[in-house]
Amino acid sequence: MNAATLPAVDERADPDTGKMGMWIFLASEVLLFGGLFIAYLYGRTTWPQGWAAASRHTDVVLGTVNTALLLTSSAIVALAVACAEDETRQRWTAGLLWATATLGAAFLAIKGIEWHADWREHLAPTASFAIRVAGAQQFFALYFVMTGLHAVHMAIGVGVLAALAHARAHGRAWARARHVEVAALYWHFVDLVWIFLYPLLYLVERHG
Amino acid sequence: MAADTDAALSSSFRLMDAAASTQASRTDAIFLAMVLLCGAVAAVVFALIVIFVIRYRRGRHVDRTPPRELRGIEIAWTVAPLLVFLAIFAWAARDFITLADPPPDALPVSVVAKQWMWKLQHRNGRREINELHLPQGEPVVVTLASEDVIHSFFIPAFRIKQDVVPGRYTRLWFTATQLGVFPLFCSEYCGSEHSQMTGRVVVMAPADYGRWLASGPAQPDMAQYGFALFRQLGCSGCHDARSTIHAPLLDGVYGRAVHLQGGRSVVADANYLRDSILVPAKDVVAGFEPVMPSYAGQVSEEDLQALIAYLQSTGKRNAP
Amino acid sequence: MTSYLDDGLTIRSWLTTTDHKRIAILYAIAITAFFFVGGAAATIIRLELATPQGDLVSHDAYNKLFTAHGVIMVWLFLIPSIPSVLGNFLLPLMIGAKDLAFPRLNLASWYLYVAGGLLTLEALFLGGVDTGWTFYTPYSTMFSNTYVVLTLVGIFVTGFSSILTGLNFIATIHTLRDKAMGWFKLPLFAWAMYATSLILVLATPVLAITVLLAVAERLFQIGVFDPAYGGDPLLFQHLFWFYSHPAVYVMILPAMGVVSEIIPCFARRPVFGYRSMAYAIMAIASVGFLVWGHHMFVSGQSLTASLVFSLLSFIVAIPSAIKVFNWTATLYKGAIRLDAPMLYALGFVGLFTIGGLTGLFLASLALDVHLTDTYFVVAHFHYIMVGGAVMAYFAGLHFWWPKVTGRLYPEVWSRIAAVVVFIGFNLTFFPQFLLGVEGMPRRYHAYPPQFQVLNLFSSAGAGVLALGYLMPLVYLAWSLRGGPRAGDNPWHAKGLEWQTRSPPPTHNFDAPPVVPEIVYDYRADERDPEGAR
Repeated sequence: MNAATLPAVDERADPDTGKMGMWIFLASEVLLFGGLFIAYLYGRTTWPQGWAAASRHTDVVLGTVNTALLLTSSAIVALAVACAEDETRQRWTAGLLWATATLGAAFLAIKGIEWHADWREHLAPTASFAIRVAGAQQFFALYFVMTGLHAVHMAIGVGVLAALAHARAHGRAWARARHVEVAALYWHFVDLVWIFLYPLLYLVERHG
Repeated sequence: MAADTDAALSSSFRLMDAAASTQASRTDAIFLAMVLLCGAVAAVVFALIVIFVIRYRRGRHVDRTPPRELRGIEIAWTVAPLLVFLAIFAWAARDFITLADPPPDALPVSVVAKQWMWKLQHRNGRREINELHLPQGEPVVVTLASEDVIHSFFIPAFRIKQDVVPGRYTRLWFTATQLGVFPLFCSEYCGSEHSQMTGRVVVMAPADYGRWLASGPAQPDMAQYGFALFRQLGCSGCHDARSTIHAPLLDGVYGRAVHLQGGRSVVADANYLRDSILVPAKDVVAGFEPVMPSYAGQVSEEDLQALIAYLQSTGKRNAP
Repeated sequence: MTSYLDDGLTIRSWLTTTDHKRIAILYAIAITAFFFVGGAAATIIRLELATPQGDLVSHDAYNKLFTAHGVIMVWLFLIPSIPSVLGNFLLPLMIGAKDLAFPRLNLASWYLYVAGGLLTLEALFLGGVDTGWTFYTPYSTMFSNTYVVLTLVGIFVTGFSSILTGLNFIATIHTLRDKAMGWFKLPLFAWAMYATSLILVLATPVLAITVLLAVAERLFQIGVFDPAYGGDPLLFQHLFWFYSHPAVYVMILPAMGVVSEIIPCFARRPVFGYRSMAYAIMAIASVGFLVWGHHMFVSGQSLTASLVFSLLSFIVAIPSAIKVFNWTATLYKGAIRLDAPMLYALGFVGLFTIGGLTGLFLASLALDVHLTDTYFVVAHFHYIMVGGAVMAYFAGLHFWWPKVTGRLYPEVWSRIAAVVVFIGFNLTFFPQFLLGVEGMPRRYHAYPPQFQVLNLFSSAGAGVLALGYLMPLVYLAWSLRGGPRAGDNPWHAKGLEWQTRSPPPTHNFDAPPVVPEIVYDYRADERDPEGAR
């Protein structure tokens, strides 16, 4: 064996390493949000009345709009990845990435509006919490922590996608197809977390 | 206070306090068995290491032909420990299960822990601070409540311990077998004076205990006091057969199965009753409206224990 | 010839390096500093506990000291020590790679670790935190008047360092192994790094969430953990221990990996039962996720939960027992020499055995009722973490010191220090088993006089132990200038890391290393330069 056959250390030579790294990171993220889902499950079994009462106060319209936005954005970022890997369609990638980032920003804006409304209705888990059923306050505590943590992840995603879009438009070396793919993986994950959050926070006990 | 020298408490070096409860002798048996077993294993391992290091030290002429397959030994030293572990697990688990199950006629004592003292009350109303007088030879069940943070009720001589958790009741039971005075410690870190939150457990002959119990300052017993609170706080306004408000009747409720809204069913133990007073909307009885107000902030831990003592005394059933 | 140490001599070159070997050194400096801060806290604690009265420091100061000791030693020393120092330096070398899979991420891990550590130290200097390293609620969220939030934020940040290091190691082991090195030719140290990394990646996020919720509770009273607002203190304990029990395996698995490299070398025999050892590592890591409730037997959790956790805790002891037996069997028919690394490694086996066996006492339900929250537990975990993990860290430092620095340290002093540490350790901590059995609770600033004799022994032992830890500081530092230069392989060891220069060049190997036919290809015979004669 000579030096040329030494295994590569820089992931530039092996695109799969970067993807593997992202998958491992996403595994840790599953555990991160998992802890909150466990807390949610615990609350639901301990305070079923409070959970039901509180669930009815989340804004299902805005929540549904946000879900649609995110699902669309995931489709678009998947398109962006496909374009990045296709010789003839490369130039669409930056635009698609910008579109994804914009949808993500729209999601965050709507979230902000939703939180503001929650605040005004005294649904923030502070001393002046409005719903006087045991457990309702805990529901909203979790609601803000879960959607807040998700929003932080979204914001990071929006930033990364915007930066990638900008870099692609200027032909930077760190914005190749495999980088877009890794970023898209992250985006899909954040979307997936929302797919679980949405029914738990907006759709439970809605019929009551 | 912990540093006070009490002739009965501070003793010269001694490995273990005398086993002073029925549970203590059982725990000590497990302990001894473990010491012998683990000591033997450790001794064998250490001896082998020392022997090998000496016998096979570098430069020494000795037969070093590599050993043949030792698969059998490997299996043995995997399976044998597993079987031994399962046996120990079962033995210790069995004793633990009895700890969770107080006899129905056990003498009830109510304890409220707060930073940094123990407040205790006997069923006849007599109160103590940081001291617990008990009869020898009779099972005692201690209900534990905390006013603030987590504490832990630990009597080393009895080999028993139970965390005291705010927001719920925990309990433990024991039967003291020896006369004497034994230390009581708080064993869950609870703030500045955690190490000062200690006390004494005084075990007396039953007759002496009876005399001691009767001789305190005159006060209502816990159930009587609880009944007075029941009226004073307005509970009887709704929880009475003649009331116009539709509320569950509470005679003999303690220990009974209660059917809740949503189909679940629970046993009305001390924790259920406590939650019903403080967080009434949590588990509403089937067929009733959630209109009961919460008494959180209006009743102290002692008051709650008295109310529950009263409810326990209605009807003739005891806790399961 | 130049080594990685010559490749840039400015501080800036060190602070912007992506060389895994330099990053390992950066970690080593930081954790050594933290070790001595945590050790200083321990010194004051043992001085105070020499007498029953709390007369050296106030109650609050004492409570802050044992909290600082726990927080610093667990998160800023034990968890990063072997993985981030020895793992970082050795993993690429052991598998024949040029660096880790993500070198820049590695540097980021170090900065995150330092940032988290500085935040925690800041909390200490501002006045400290007095909740115990376990931060039980509602005391930590609603009652303590100390710098809880700052400390928790520091731990949160340090946690990301752990996660990224784990991520890096997993990717490295999967993708950068020499083509000839299949999974069952990996050194056991690499297996240990792999299993440890899996735990870091999967358990640390749960700590992150727990800390986040605790901070939210303390700042906004959201009512998750405090019953006064409808929350549940036991929920905190479950979330906390779900991370913190696997965390102790993060501390011990790397130590076991180090010992598995050293014993075969100094006994000149392949490790006994290599596959069993590898499987045992993975078993410990996985079953270790299922036993957290054994910290909560008297907490008020359900009887069923306690039964399940007790049973599983016995099960997880089996792979550890197998490892102890296999290390002992490795000595059989070897050609043993008691150099300092071997002394530390054998000390590890002995002390870990005691620590592990006493764990069985605590796994036994009825017995744990008496022993939990007493000094028996304190002794148990110090046997494993100090008698185990720290001994192994020192073993590894001494074994690979020639490789890392290119220098040899004075043999006689190193062996003396190993013995001093072993003696000092036992003097300090064995009496604590007896104190626990007698009923002395943990975290007691002052205690009843009947416990004094054993406490005095323990404090005296701590003095000896401290001496044992200071000695290497002196002679290892001295060796950097005054020690003889080490050759490539002063121990005639078999790992790939020994096939390159001491210290290695930046790119690790001048010529591609040769993967031996079997891992731990030691034979105690005439073919071996160290073999029997």
